[in-house]
Amino acid sequence: MQLPPYTTPLQRAGHWALWLGCAAILVYLIAPVLVVVPLAFNNEPYFNFPVRQYSLRWFRELFGNPVWMAAIRNSLLTATLATLIATLLGTLAAVGLNHRNLPGKRLIMALLVSPMIVPVVVLAVGAYFFFSRLGIANNLLGIVMVHAVLGVPFVVITVSATLAGFDLGLLRAARGLGASPLTAFRRVMLPIVWPGVLSGALFAFATSFDEVVVVLFLGGPGQTTLPRQMWTGLREQLSPTILAAAFVLIIFAIIMLLVLEMLRRRSAALRGLAE
Amino acid sequence: MFTKYQLSAVAVASAAVLATLPGTSAAQQSLTVTSWGGAYTVSQVESMHKPFAALKKINVVSQDYNGDLAEIAAQVKTGNVKWDLVDVEPAEAMKGCEEGLFEKIDASKLPPGADGTPASKDFGPGLVLPCAVANITYANVVAYDKAKLGANGPKTLEDFFNLTKFPGKRGMRSNPSVNMEWALLADGVPVADVYKVLATPAGVDRAFKKLDTIKSSIVWWKAGAQPPQLLASGEVVMTSVYHGRIVDANQKDKKDFALVWDGQIQVPDMWAIVKGGKNVELAQEFVRFSTSTQPLADQSKYIPYAPARTSSVAKIPASNPNKAWLPNAGHAGRSMLTDAKFWTDNGDDLNKRFSAWMAK
Amino acid sequence: MDKGEQTDLIRRLRQAEWRGRVRAYALIAPLFVFVALSFLLPLGSVLLNSVYDPVVPDGLPRTLKALADWNGPREQVPPEPVFAALAQDLKEAARAEKSGPIGGRLNIEETGLRSVFMRAARRVSAQEQGPWTPFFEAADPAWTKPAIWGTIRNLSSAEHSLFFLSAIDMKRQSDGQVVLQSDEQRIHVAIYLRTLGVALTVTLACLTLGFPMAYLLAHLKDKTANMLLILVLLPFWTSLLVRTTAWVVVLQKEGVVNSLLQSLGIIAEPLPLIFNRFGVVVAMTHILLPFTILPLYSVMRQIPPSYVRAARSLGASPGLAFWRVYLPQCVPGLSAGALLVFILSLGYYITPALVGGATDQLISHFVADNIGRSLNWGLASALSSILLAAVLILYWAYDRVAGVGNARLG
Repeated sequence: MQLPPYTTPLQRAGHWALWLGCAAILVYLIAPVLVVVPLAFNNEPYFNFPVRQYSLRWFRELFGNPVWMAAIRNSLLTATLATLIATLLGTLAAVGLNHRNLPGKRLIMALLVSPMIVPVVVLAVGAYFFFSRLGIANNLLGIVMVHAVLGVPFVVITVSATLAGFDLGLLRAARGLGASPLTAFRRVMLPIVWPGVLSGALFAFATSFDEVVVVLFLGGPGQTTLPRQMWTGLREQLSPTILAAAFVLIIFAIIMLLVLEMLRRRSAALRGLAE
Repeated sequence: MFTKYQLSAVAVASAAVLATLPGTSAAQQSLTVTSWGGAYTVSQVESMHKPFAALKKINVVSQDYNGDLAEIAAQVKTGNVKWDLVDVEPAEAMKGCEEGLFEKIDASKLPPGADGTPASKDFGPGLVLPCAVANITYANVVAYDKAKLGANGPKTLEDFFNLTKFPGKRGMRSNPSVNMEWALLADGVPVADVYKVLATPAGVDRAFKKLDTIKSSIVWWKAGAQPPQLLASGEVVMTSVYHGRIVDANQKDKKDFALVWDGQIQVPDMWAIVKGGKNVELAQEFVRFSTSTQPLADQSKYIPYAPARTSSVAKIPASNPNKAWLPNAGHAGRSMLTDAKFWTDNGDDLNKRFSAWMAK
Repeated sequence: MDKGEQTDLIRRLRQAEWRGRVRAYALIAPLFVFVALSFLLPLGSVLLNSVYDPVVPDGLPRTLKALADWNGPREQVPPEPVFAALAQDLKEAARAEKSGPIGGRLNIEETGLRSVFMRAARRVSAQEQGPWTPFFEAADPAWTKPAIWGTIRNLSSAEHSLFFLSAIDMKRQSDGQVVLQSDEQRIHVAIYLRTLGVALTVTLACLTLGFPMAYLLAHLKDKTANMLLILVLLPFWTSLLVRTTAWVVVLQKEGVVNSLLQSLGIIAEPLPLIFNRFGVVVAMTHILLPFTILPLYSVMRQIPPSYVRAARSLGASPGLAFWRVYLPQCVPGLSAGALLVFILSLGYYITPALVGGATDQLISHFVADNIGRSLNWGLASALSSILLAAVLILYWAYDRVAGVGNARLG
């Protein structure tokens, strides 16, 4: 941000104050996450600094303990299934919603995005009541369904945003050349919007992977996920293994962010937008 | 994009991943035993779960909870029983039995002690209930860090409520049980009258008033593993605790925590079988096995809780360092046993009032 | 084109439009069904459970029928036939092991009723025939007073508003009157106010911190802005539990902040930064900040810099130009961000539970507490319904202000 030559000293001061303030805010945002990193390698079983000795003790505990490994496997399984459902259904719906002047579009959109807004506790409690009556409350199926519902808003929003920049003329051209709607979608639309779809899928995956309240209500001993295990770790067992798990999750978040950024650039390029 | 090859590659990869997940289709039968977590669960795993699993060639899974009957009630109510066995305190055992949450346990099937004493005499009074069989007795006491307070630590229960002599935060369990009795004891009620006074509305008010004097200094804990952690991090200067957890912290983590035995409230722990579970017969066998003489004696190797059977006490070798930490090892000060019937009848009301008081 | 061809064309156009719409709805339908099954029906269960409560009608059917037949005033104690019906119901309940839940339900209305009820339930199998009035009188004198019968009559219908009354700190007494709960039990209204207060505080904090950040991002070159945005979004994508753990580590008594301040000599004793309101606000702001930065950023990016320059060239001071020209254009982003953060903080459960003290719990904690600890599903449902209603009203406002379809996730 180059300052023009006619700025007064007061303005310069204000400019630096802005930068300083934002640096402080960035520290506020990033520092807590980074603080966890050295503690994950602390040899002592307490959450306090200073770290006198570094070791991989808690990582060995994390990957060697069958309880934690089962939790990781459950998390991966649930998140994958939930993402598949959410992405498939959400993409189809977003394509449908992209139709110009569809009656009730606003209402439908609001409904499909509402799982993001409704307090998770209320949904978890309701799912607990409802699925118990159906007999699937103690089952991975119930958790997968609710996680998929929680991921749907992200898919719908991202895919809708991508479709907004999509040139429908391409589809019309394809149809005009004789393609069926399905072929046109598969061979013209999808290749251009797939980064948006993948971004939505990543959001849905992250949402499910990080979710703990629904698992608290709907999960039994066989359905413990990684966040559920961390919750127990924070409230009850207080083992620093959760810091090792936290470190793994931070790495995961960084990878996700970088992939999302790459997808965003790819998507913009595909749709012909200037970067 | 997304050529046939790519799609099939993804499909094969995900199938491979899903196949390696050793899913929920267990080859072995599994018994879920729920207990209080931390060092206590470890002691049960070592002395009871592992031998039983080896004996029966099954899987014994441990779950943790914090004593709330409500979770068990919810499971039974919705027909989703996730836990086969639960380690409960007598008040919850009685209440759960009345509410149809637990299976009945046939006391005549309990094996005699290793020295031949029949089970009905080997277990202390009140330790075998229609729906529950006791395994150990522990004590609720006050603990502090000797490394920080040295010789000037608290000596009596009144010291816990004395903010001038011992400033700083106190840890207390987020449950009225024990806290109400301590409030009255510290307020001068003799041991024999505590429950009589607590049964009256005036008595309850008196207990809350005493607790109010330290309310702003209380740090609430829920899980048994929290008090030693609170002491270690300096978050509290003293705390209520299940006494075995302190001994465990001293032994395992080389801490120098000390206990105040004055005002100790002894509570038995009992096994109960959740009604409508999938492995009721197996659970019944587990109860009979784990409360027999040897497993109970073995458990005291790992945690200083008193076995429910007299025959087991005799089996604890003198070399066991935990022997000095048993609740009845002749400690100074007041001691009392929790009144299960009182808490069965009045637990709901006191819980409700306590929750509201805590949240204000 | 003649008239015939025109109408034919219009008809075919309309048919094509209609087909297009049907296709669009068909694409949305699978998701709609799925959302109905996994989202709408569960929420419906919550609403249903806040008014539907069949424990007493199912457990004491004969008693309720006898009471209805007698239909006496509430100040009177019912006659022998009612006691006889109650005895039959108790025998039935003891056989089905349902006396506990019934007693528990009565106890929720009036403390102490559980033990009264259970005492009678335990003894009832000992007596075969009437007269029953002396039996109940011997079991507990409370049976011969109208109070307990008033409570039973309050619960005689399977649909009632008692849970909602409880959720707003009121109750229906045994004489049928609706009054405020006793002082020790009056917590819910205070919790609503506390939740609103915390949500407001967090929203203001997020706006205060988010505005300068978004301003800076909007005025940087795109490449730099994207890189900084990644830094802003990193905590957003880190697991919620990880962030909350991190705050516990940073704010605890021997944590990073306190150790730093003590080593710099600024304070002598560690400050209480966690397990209190301060910790909750700090942690929640940290988590919700990206939700203000993103909408503000996307709005600010669209604001042409020429407006401010024009204002300056017309003689406005920088401050005036900002206040009268720039800020009004930010309002859509401000309101969208503020509403979003407010709505999300209303429903927060995890963070206050882990980082707050007992006196900092928000309403979602009480929902979970009533399910897990008190097993009062009805009250939990009523509290949830109130929370849901508040959120939906604000959501509607958000849709009017910002448009749900315009949300962007970076």
